[in-house]
Amino acid sequence: MDTKILDIYDLKREFKMGTETVRALKGITFDVSTGEFLTIMGSSGSGKTTMLNILGCLDKPTDGIYKLDGVDITTLSKDELARFRNTKIGFVFQAYNLLPRTSALENVELPLLYNNTIGAKERRERALHALESVKLADRMDHTPNQLSGGQQQRVAIARALVNEPVMILADEATGNLDTRTSYEIMSLMQELNQKDGKTIVFVTHEPDIAAFSSRTITLRDGRLQRDTINSNPRSAREALATFPETDDY
Amino acid sequence: MNLVNLIRLAWRALHRNKLRAFLTMLGIIIGVASVITMMSIGEGSKQSIQTSISSMGSNMITIMPSSNTPGVQMAGSNIHSLTLADVKALKKDANYITTISPLASSNGQVIKGALNWSTTIQGASPEYLEIRKLSLKDGIVFSENDVRSSAKVCLLGQTVVDNLFAKGEDPIGKIIRFKKIPLQVIGILVSKGQSNFGQDQDDIIIAPYTTVMKRILATTYIQDIYASATSEAETDKATDEIKTILRETHKIRADQDDDFTIRTMAELIKMLSSTTGMMTTLLTAVAGISLVIGGIGIMNIMYVSVTERTREIGLRMSIGARGVDILMQFLIEAILISITGGVIGVVLGVSSSLIVASVLNWPTVISESSIILSFIVCAFTGVFFGYYPAQKASLLDPIEALRYE
Repeated sequence: MDTKILDIYDLKREFKMGTETVRALKGITFDVSTGEFLTIMGSSGSGKTTMLNILGCLDKPTDGIYKLDGVDITTLSKDELARFRNTKIGFVFQAYNLLPRTSALENVELPLLYNNTIGAKERRERALHALESVKLADRMDHTPNQLSGGQQQRVAIARALVNEPVMILADEATGNLDTRTSYEIMSLMQELNQKDGKTIVFVTHEPDIAAFSSRTITLRDGRLQRDTINSNPRSAREALATFPETDDY
Repeated sequence: MNLVNLIRLAWRALHRNKLRAFLTMLGIIIGVASVITMMSIGEGSKQSIQTSISSMGSNMITIMPSSNTPGVQMAGSNIHSLTLADVKALKKDANYITTISPLASSNGQVIKGALNWSTTIQGASPEYLEIRKLSLKDGIVFSENDVRSSAKVCLLGQTVVDNLFAKGEDPIGKIIRFKKIPLQVIGILVSKGQSNFGQDQDDIIIAPYTTVMKRILATTYIQDIYASATSEAETDKATDEIKTILRETHKIRADQDDDFTIRTMAELIKMLSSTTGMMTTLLTAVAGISLVIGGIGIMNIMYVSVTERTREIGLRMSIGARGVDILMQFLIEAILISITGGVIGVVLGVSSSLIVASVLNWPTVISESSIILSFIVCAFTGVFFGYYPAQKASLLDPIEALRYE
């Protein structure tokens, strides 16, 4: 259970803006084990987004080591990175990023379409299974505009699960949702983490969201400011229970 | 992503924007339809020229006198370089000629009772009818005996009949007079109508060449020699052969020019075909321009589509689409637009050439080559004009594409 999913050592990222060099990450070291629920916090300008892009294999560090599932991603080509994202990472975005006018099921199937080893039948079965695990199997034919924000985000989570990634990477996944729906999403995340043992890396700037995770890393000015283990994470399900049933009205 | 899924994906993307996809296709549709229509009209008129020429005898060879001496040049009819001896020599030695006839003709007035008409009398051998693909609708052809005896008999074209005889009167056996020489009508030619040059081919009297030469023209020279080559394909061989034989009988030295000219129908077909071919090329080029404009339309829409779907591209990349997957997605979409447009264009083009044929009575021939050609051009247009927008999409940075507003 103590295998390292993420192994990050002295990670640096610099951007050249004309003649100036912006150092977004100034040497960050940490690692994440299988089954952890990690939140990365930080105010804007802290390097949070840069960190997320590198963790998601969308960007490469200027210097340092980033190993995901034992593979040093700095050695991979563009296409290999795409393949890596396809099989190892499940993205959940703030704006859901579902394909419009496309059914929930097809949205969930999407990552598998880019994996040629999976046939049409298996693709459908796995997409259905993923939708079941976010409790939206009955909405598989609905298009995003027929779903609420929380439901859309759950479809997006199903899409992140469908390729059975080693890590779910969420980028402000509750940023567009009200508190109650946010808690619902966090409850789902906790369930995936505790029941299915999924490793989750959750980028957020809201401290009360971070309280649901088992560990919080805080970035500041491109450096790791704090790395705290939350030995007693708050249960999102219990937090939800404190909300009145008909809070919507 | 495999090809089936890519095509399904592109099809769905077009389906979502039906009107836009159709409007984009419209350029291609119009282009393809007009290319096919133009080519079918061109091909149709080419073939109608060819059939009308073959009705005149596509393997026909005409030998005319010409001058080989420097100085004042006279009209062909005044040069007396062809004689009956030439006809005899050709008949004896030429292998690529099936039939041959001398021709001596004269213009003049023909009189029947109170009616008269100005026409041409052609003196020829009985084979002349075969060479010119003429046939009789009534009566008989004069015989070799008539030729030998310079018999005063003749065959009339329909125009001459119409002008000399009252309606319902049977001309066969009647006597007409050409330049005071009485000739008995023994046959009437089947009407051939106007030639491609607007000549009335029925305004003609045919008589034995001996009759015309001795009794009307009083000459020993002939104006033309008509011959049939063994086949249309062997016309060139026949021409060479005729040249060799005539140069020999005319005793022309190697450094001297010919004193005759040989014309073949093959040349005529070539000339007329090149004229219609040029017109067809011109019209097709104009139609082709609309294909190019259609292609630019596709390019324009694909650029818009790529910009519109930047976030989608970013998402696809982040969940594992490679650059080439994105490239193929947009390229296949462009090809699908152009090929669908092409199919509609082919249907429209084929039906409009059928309409042209039935309504305007223009001869049209829809050739497979024009359909295949416009289809290839279509697919090429899709690839060519779709490639740059697709490449632009494939080169997007996923991070920026995801944040695109």
